[in-house]
Amino acid sequence: MRAAYVVFPGSNCDRDVAVALEQATGRPPHAVWHKDAALPDVDLVALPGGFTYGDYLRPGAIAAHSPVMRAVRAHAHKGGAVLGICNGFQVLTESHLLPGALIQNASLRFVCTDVRLRTETTASPFTAGCARGQVVTFPVAHGDGNYVIGDDDRKRLEDQDRIAFRYCDANGALTEVANPNGSVANIAGVLSENRRVLGLMPHPERLADPALGGSDGARLFASAVEQLAAA
Amino acid sequence: MKARVHVTLKSGVLDPQGKAIEHALTQLGFEGVDSVRAGKVIDLELSDTDEASARERVDAMCQQLLANTVIETYSIELSA
Repeated sequence: MRAAYVVFPGSNCDRDVAVALEQATGRPPHAVWHKDAALPDVDLVALPGGFTYGDYLRPGAIAAHSPVMRAVRAHAHKGGAVLGICNGFQVLTESHLLPGALIQNASLRFVCTDVRLRTETTASPFTAGCARGQVVTFPVAHGDGNYVIGDDDRKRLEDQDRIAFRYCDANGALTEVANPNGSVANIAGVLSENRRVLGLMPHPERLADPALGGSDGARLFASAVEQLAAA
Repeated sequence: MKARVHVTLKSGVLDPQGKAIEHALTQLGFEGVDSVRAGKVIDLELSDTDEASARERVDAMCQQLLANTVIETYSIELSA
């Protein structure tokens, strides 16, 4: 599988994503600068976490209009895979590649902690390597991760099995305490209609090596490699 | 011509900042504050001279960038 990751001004998880992608694919991914109007020929484009453009206006709002995002949209519309993590998820909702929006955490606090996530669907390149209902641990670190979506759109997501992960407790129960940011229905990550664009607030790349204290995140990257290489 | 754009969260969307302000006002002893919604104001100075076309342009700016219409509503005030 060939992968690239985009570097925006204010990205700060780009190196971590690059390491996780290299571990999974066995070769270094392409770094693409936000001003580049074209992407290399790749199967997967990752949008890393960070604070693009200082989160001015709204997180991800300015980045969504950078030249590279036109190429990312074209890649997604052709059926290419896109993974948006944290700020990358915010960029994807601002780009209308994913529905809904991410607003300030209900607590008004920046939250930085490990969370448990319940895998809600295995029908995507990123989650095919998990079992439905499997609980994984990824870290979160965000101030604006409160997922908001209208009732009709949320129902559509649920009917189409497009919720990838929900915040849960150690037993997989969707409790209020387990929800770090107030997201509607504990939603942590969602898929596009063609299931090849995933946005999630938690950071799989930050727990993708036993040396980091856990490797649940590596599963997501390994799954993408297996699924996208086979395609 | 000047344009002032008000952007606020839609009424159905929980406003954590507004809630915190409401709480603080109550703490300060201000009674009867039933609801607080926080938003932002964006002031633009435009070279436009025609009000109708200015409004149309600012509306397009709001749709494309200034507001996220998934969660926010906006209003536009124009002045000479």
